[in-house]
Amino acid sequence: MQPKPVALKILDVVSIIVLAVSTYLALVFAPTELVMGNVQRVFYFHIGTAWVGLLGFIVAALAGIIYLIKKDMKWDRFEVAAVEVSTMFFFITIVLGSIWARPAWNTWWTWDVRLTTAAITELIYIAYFMLRQGIEDPEKRARFGAVYTLLGGISAPITFMVIRLFQSIHPVVIGAANENQDKLAMTPDMRIAFFFALFAFTIIFIDLMWHRIRLSVLQEKVEQLKLNVSM
Amino acid sequence: MFQEAIPDTSGYMIAGYAVAFIVMGIYVLSLYLRKSNLNRDAETLESLQTESKPKSAKKK
Repeated sequence: MQPKPVALKILDVVSIIVLAVSTYLALVFAPTELVMGNVQRVFYFHIGTAWVGLLGFIVAALAGIIYLIKKDMKWDRFEVAAVEVSTMFFFITIVLGSIWARPAWNTWWTWDVRLTTAAITELIYIAYFMLRQGIEDPEKRARFGAVYTLLGGISAPITFMVIRLFQSIHPVVIGAANENQDKLAMTPDMRIAFFFALFAFTIIFIDLMWHRIRLSVLQEKVEQLKLNVSM
Repeated sequence: MFQEAIPDTSGYMIAGYAVAFIVMGIYVLSLYLRKSNLNRDAETLESLQTESKPKSAKKK
């Protein structure tokens, strides 16, 4: 395998630092929310992971489109990396939401529109990996994967918009549901922790995606070596 | 009538952050293990390939 680029090494270190800073801002710097107490602090990681989760699904859909146009396998690797990392982050989003819901709504889970669309989105991308594993031919696998992420990508904006379009018990944090509410109902210190969490998870997302792309390159190399040896 | 004290929901907060770090940790570990296994496979296959080359040269 090619040695790790210096830029990736730097990105690894930066990712650890921003994750530590984001954790500090969320747990110590941000004030305690008066109604919900400390459980509100999971909100910073909940939104951060949701942001990169949904962003990754959109990125995967775009990579799928580019693959279908150019037929270049590097876009397939890009797509797989985006879906895998986003699925992991979106799983964290759902679990954190459930943990927050227990004291806030007195239930771990309810079939609210946001929770339902989020669960469907996660299941769509878990099925993506099952689909890929069922196809042997790499080009066919990439083509099917690209079409799948293109269709699956629609679930990301639906999940984001659904609480703005339908009645939901899920809070609307960015862009209030009605004009009387504040567009970003947070204190200045909460906003710092919130925006830093978005920034931190974007950096971590890029870092993990880069690692996952390199893993795909190595996988392809091993598959090629297996073919050479068997011939 | 009105809420006077902030509710103690620290346990949920700790559980949430524990889950987030454990899931991210497991994912990073899975990346590392998959990379290690693939590197080992690549080394084995490369050595097999170099072993098979002299044999095919002798046949000629």
